[in-house]
Amino acid sequence: MTNHTERDDISGTETTGHEWDGLKELDTPLPRWWLYIFYATIAVAVVYWVLMPAWPIGNSFTPGTLHFSDRRNVATDVATLQQARAPMYERLSHATPADIERDPQLQQFARAAGESAFGDHCRTCHGAGGGGQPGYPNLTDDVWLWGGSVGDIEHTIRVGIRSSSPETRMSMMPAFGRLQMLTPAQISDSTEYVISLGPAAARLHPDNAAAARGSAIYGVQCAACHGATGAGDRTMGAPSLRDDVWLYGGSREEIRKQIELGRGGVMPTWESTLDPGTIRALAFYVHELGGGEPDAPASPAASIPTNGAPAASNGAAVAPTQSPAQPSGATR
Amino acid sequence: MPEAAGEKWRADVVGIFFIIAVGACLALMGAAWGIDTPFQAQMWTMLAAFILGGAALLSQIAKPPVADKASRYENGVIKAGVFASMFWGVAGLLVGLIIALQLAFPNIFYFPDFGWLNFGRLRPLHTSAVIFAFGGNVLIATSFYVVQRTCRARLAGGLWPWLVFWGYQLFIVLAGTGYLMGITEGREYAEPPWYTDLWLTIVWVVYLLVFLGTIWKRQEKHIYVANWFYLAFIVTIAMLHIVNNLAIPVDFAGSFSYSLFSGVQDALTQWWYGHNAVGFFLTAGFLAIMYYFIPKRAERPVYSYRLSIIHFWALIFLYIWAGPHHLHYTALPQWAQTLGMTFSLMLWMPSWGGMINGLMTLSGAWDKLRTDPVLRMLVVSVAFYGMSTFEGPMMSIRAVNSLSHYTDWTIGHVHSGALGWVGFVSFGALYCLVPWLWKRQRLFSIALVDWHFWLATIGIVLYITSMWVAGIMQGLMWRAYNEFGFLEYSFVETVQAMHPYYIIRALGGGLYLAGALIMAYNLWRTARGDAPALERASDVPAAGVLAAAE
Repeated sequence: MTNHTERDDISGTETTGHEWDGLKELDTPLPRWWLYIFYATIAVAVVYWVLMPAWPIGNSFTPGTLHFSDRRNVATDVATLQQARAPMYERLSHATPADIERDPQLQQFARAAGESAFGDHCRTCHGAGGGGQPGYPNLTDDVWLWGGSVGDIEHTIRVGIRSSSPETRMSMMPAFGRLQMLTPAQISDSTEYVISLGPAAARLHPDNAAAARGSAIYGVQCAACHGATGAGDRTMGAPSLRDDVWLYGGSREEIRKQIELGRGGVMPTWESTLDPGTIRALAFYVHELGGGEPDAPASPAASIPTNGAPAASNGAAVAPTQSPAQPSGATR
Repeated sequence: MPEAAGEKWRADVVGIFFIIAVGACLALMGAAWGIDTPFQAQMWTMLAAFILGGAALLSQIAKPPVADKASRYENGVIKAGVFASMFWGVAGLLVGLIIALQLAFPNIFYFPDFGWLNFGRLRPLHTSAVIFAFGGNVLIATSFYVVQRTCRARLAGGLWPWLVFWGYQLFIVLAGTGYLMGITEGREYAEPPWYTDLWLTIVWVVYLLVFLGTIWKRQEKHIYVANWFYLAFIVTIAMLHIVNNLAIPVDFAGSFSYSLFSGVQDALTQWWYGHNAVGFFLTAGFLAIMYYFIPKRAERPVYSYRLSIIHFWALIFLYIWAGPHHLHYTALPQWAQTLGMTFSLMLWMPSWGGMINGLMTLSGAWDKLRTDPVLRMLVVSVAFYGMSTFEGPMMSIRAVNSLSHYTDWTIGHVHSGALGWVGFVSFGALYCLVPWLWKRQRLFSIALVDWHFWLATIGIVLYITSMWVAGIMQGLMWRAYNEFGFLEYSFVETVQAMHPYYIIRALGGGLYLAGALIMAYNLWRTARGDAPALERASDVPAAGVLAAAE
């Protein structure tokens, strides 16, 4: 290569005189705006280094003239927020449901804390708004498997369902088909009988002869938990079969499948994840979603976490049938 | 120097045979003693590849290739690279479309009976296929093309370039099938397990030596700017790959390994790698393509030699510091975050130096954009490059990052670079290469290139705008608090809110894939001979020139 530069006709700029495979280069100087912005970004960087933690020195670093620290700031912010909320949480953890109802400020706080916690922890399964989905109970209706008072709900949140908590609410429906406790024909008969128990009969028109045969099977296999009349039993989370609300679906095939497989879901225990105030707020929020039942007056679930109070309110005092005139059912 | 070439030819056959023989023995041992089925499957794949490679090598010895003797340059491996690029490009985009649909319609595109089709396995398959399989093959093929022309030297190393090509394909297959079977190191863009990493290291070192060897025997005094960028890409990727993958296998007959680093040091090493994969693979490598193909296609001199020098060295020096901006507001010490952010800011103009040199090279040739969709594609790629290299430094600012981090804004940013810059500059280069390599006057159809250009451009615009909106919305929803300081929205509400944008994104990806399919068809027809042939192959220089050069 000889170094002979030439002038480009279009730009009027000289080339560098190099050529590769027909490619040449112009000797255009650096664009000024480019250079000045480059210098400006360097200047910004230097100023930032002076102000903020920037360069490592041995085991330490230059702290910057502002002595700025994200870690310290976030700790301060969290502490400030916790301090600001502390009195409300304190009141919440000593308040009975009735106290919360009476105090608009506390009610508003519990609702906000509950909604936030519900969104983070419960919505994935129980759905936005608590509407539930197959296998995950609807929290907005009047039907409660383990009781619908604030105390009951709080206990369920604390210990979970079939969770790792030693106190967890534990019960299993046998998989009558899979475990071959019943033959397919017997399962069909039981299905017809279960349908005939409540308003589902109007929808599904059970086979009366089969239902009569199923009645005998029901008496032996199912009545112990679901009750002689099919009203269910909250002490063991056995759902009522007379309300046309079905956790795993209300079609004939789905009811049949549930008798066959005896499915039961798992709800985690939240005791180790959430603080008592948050659990109280969450229980209040879920109670308010709709269908919440009044707490037994004798057993305010006051000082949490005590294990006795919710257990007392759980089995003993709550009537199995829903009182239509309960106060909070209409709040939503 | 024919006799010297004969000597070298034997040396390369012996060397490649040695690698294949050792590799086959190790693969057989791995297949025999492997502690789990996926590892054994990988070893069988490796063994099959080495046996095929050995057979191919033997057929080369039996019948020495004469086809390329007529040409001054080695073209076969580049042609193979063009095929591989297009194949992996379409495959990678297709997987991308599938995972976009999985995000948009999780109930429909969910295959519980086929665990290997889960999003978690397909996502690294997509990223590796488009970055390493498509992008890597484009880089290897174009670098082999460019280095020969700009050095006026045949590719060094006899058959070694073919080891680079096939070895790289084996790396891709091992990595991709491994992901589907659940083999991963869990390091983003560095997921392949230790043995695949080792194999890539061998291939990459050979690639470096072939490239250096060609530059070494060049017949030009100066080294062209594209080759600086290619060399920076090859050297730095070797360094990044080795350091980030330093790991100790739990069992030499299994795929699992532990990183040599732990905790935040491991995270920093990973993002030092991750960001420089962007900087040196997806930026420096493709800038090299830009520096050859744009002036060539526009038939204009490069705008500024000085700018190319300054922005090259500034880019190389600054990029390597920018990785910590991926770890803002994490356990990484704040001083390291400061350095990551400020070096990213300083990187803005060095990045734009490439854009200026690309765009201004067209001064005096802007009218060609009207008639030549290939040049239009190359120029639009530079425009997207400029846009994403402005967006990048902006997103590295900690205050901006606190909004953008972990949101789909990042995904939009990456894709404006990937689809707009890397994709378009690669497509432009391939559209140039195929007629040149197969000695055609022009492409089979210019109209189809136009279709590709517009489909892909609309696709990119849909993709990045939907992700901007989705990402910024997501970021704002995450940081919304009510008056008590509780979060206003739950996570799943933000997911719900993004549903329409996910559909738009999938639509954009679909259009982009459609464009790539049109391109594959067009290139295939061109190569097959449905475009008129050149009257005189420009690659074959006049006898006098060749003699003078020797």
